[in-house]
Amino acid sequence: MAPAPLRRGTHRGDVVFRSLSLGFALSVIAIAGTIAVVLFRQSALARAAFGWRFLWTSSWDPVALRFGALPFIYGTLATTAIAIMIALPLGLGAAICLAELMPRRLADALTFLIELLVAVPSVVYGLVGVFILVPAMRSFETIVQPVLGSVPFFAGPAYGVGLLTASILLAVMIVPFIVAVSREVLLAVPQSQRDAALALGATRWETVRDVVIPYARSGILGSVFLALARALGETMAVTMVIGNRPEVSASLFAPAYTMAAVLANEFTEATDKVYLAALVEIGLVLFVITLGVNAIARVLIARVRRAPGAARP
Amino acid sequence: MTATYRRRRRVERLMFGATAAATVTTLGVLVFLLGYLAWQGASSLTWSFLTALPAPVGEPGGGMANAIVGSAKLLFVAALVGIPVGFLGGVYLAEYGRGAVADWVRYAADVLNGVPSIVIGITVYALVVIPVGHFSTLAGGLALGLMMIPVALRATEEFLRLVPDSLREAALALGAPRWVAIVRVVIPAASRGIATGLLLSLARVAGETAPLLFTALNNRFWSPGWSQPTASLPVMIFTYAIAPYEEWHQQAWAAGLVLLTLVLGTNVAARLLLRGGAIGSA
Repeated sequence: MAPAPLRRGTHRGDVVFRSLSLGFALSVIAIAGTIAVVLFRQSALARAAFGWRFLWTSSWDPVALRFGALPFIYGTLATTAIAIMIALPLGLGAAICLAELMPRRLADALTFLIELLVAVPSVVYGLVGVFILVPAMRSFETIVQPVLGSVPFFAGPAYGVGLLTASILLAVMIVPFIVAVSREVLLAVPQSQRDAALALGATRWETVRDVVIPYARSGILGSVFLALARALGETMAVTMVIGNRPEVSASLFAPAYTMAAVLANEFTEATDKVYLAALVEIGLVLFVITLGVNAIARVLIARVRRAPGAARP
Repeated sequence: MTATYRRRRRVERLMFGATAAATVTTLGVLVFLLGYLAWQGASSLTWSFLTALPAPVGEPGGGMANAIVGSAKLLFVAALVGIPVGFLGGVYLAEYGRGAVADWVRYAADVLNGVPSIVIGITVYALVVIPVGHFSTLAGGLALGLMMIPVALRATEEFLRLVPDSLREAALALGAPRWVAIVRVVIPAASRGIATGLLLSLARVAGETAPLLFTALNNRFWSPGWSQPTASLPVMIFTYAIAPYEEWHQQAWAAGLVLLTLVLGTNVAARLLLRGGAIGSA
């Protein structure tokens, strides 16, 4: 019996299978491209009508068909920023505790639980937000008002819903991200770095503060950007507790609106073409912002993962 | 022991205490969230919730049977879209993906993964709902399927990469063509991990609400076939939670418990399964 010819890639099945899998892989590019194209083309009317002014004017008037996205952009950026300010210390603290202090098995088990929080659907966070957080915030605001009411940040009636409420709920939602990724990059810091600092007489905290965290800095920053990207695009939970009023207000207690929330609420009601195009343009702005934030996150995390000699593999 | 050293130790204890407090807070939120949901949900969860249609406003009772079936149908369509693309795309990346094309595919998957879910909803609305003229199970399932793709793709690629090259070489050395080696040897070796990854990608979209708002919409009745608006658990939770009726709030809690049980149950099961080793006998 003659041996089969040993030439690579000549088998017809190989060609078919390779092309098939390549086709499906390429469709991923096609899908991502389609989303960008659809957003761009469907928002053409609004872009033509309002130009760049769309980004910094704040009238949102579906009746007069005058649209400016500033209140939504402000709401999205403000809630995200406040959420990060709350979530970063909490998440980084927990990550340090889980990576540096606890016995490995216990830390793994607790990390498992915290990572489960990532899987909780946002509408469930919204549900808890509506019935627990909003009433709690309302009583908190009622107590705080007489004392701080004259400060612009805390002015206005106590609605319960508003910018701060949405930010706190967002913070709760993104802490698990920060914990999971930060712990991973902390564990990737070489043990020799810690040993060297300890040998020089540093306490364990000083080792963490002066050696471990600086070493893992870009990875921690990456986790923050990842959390940012999630917070920026978060829709349901925010829609349910932010109050949905398209105004830029200095007060943290005032109802506000975000880009994702206005899409969720108004998209199916937009009867006019320009109105619809304006909403799609908000989607486009949101898309571009998250794209940028995600890109930064990837670069930062990749930089740490490539570092050699990770500790305690 | 010098005073400086004692101060440094005090700072250490203080800071580590703070990190422990942060951990306890984070876990406390988890316990509170799950506990409160279980308590509220269990007290409103009845047999009729699982078997009856929504009751009209003001009438007690009723259920969300249509939303449960609707969610299942949506996930079925999502799987039909997401699994072939994610799985075969992942096979390409793991087994052939070394060139620039593969890098572009990975980049596109990252982009797709970062797209806010509501933006996916807009895209499907523009591409499917407007041309067809109505909301449907198919459109909603498509939106969820698109969201599944990057997760399914990455899981498949990662688990295939865990298969040792010696297995591939052994199959090729026995004279198997490359595609036979992949289909008969490499994929079966990673099948447990891949199946788990695909399941997790399905669990991820099971709780998604935003992409369904303008694709599947909602429905207070059964949705026959695949081309009509349909109810789903996440959208029902949203609608019922922000409505002003007390009975609806109770139903929303029950729906939340059912949804969270399904999603977290899948996650826990998948992780426990993987703990036994992603690569094992098929």
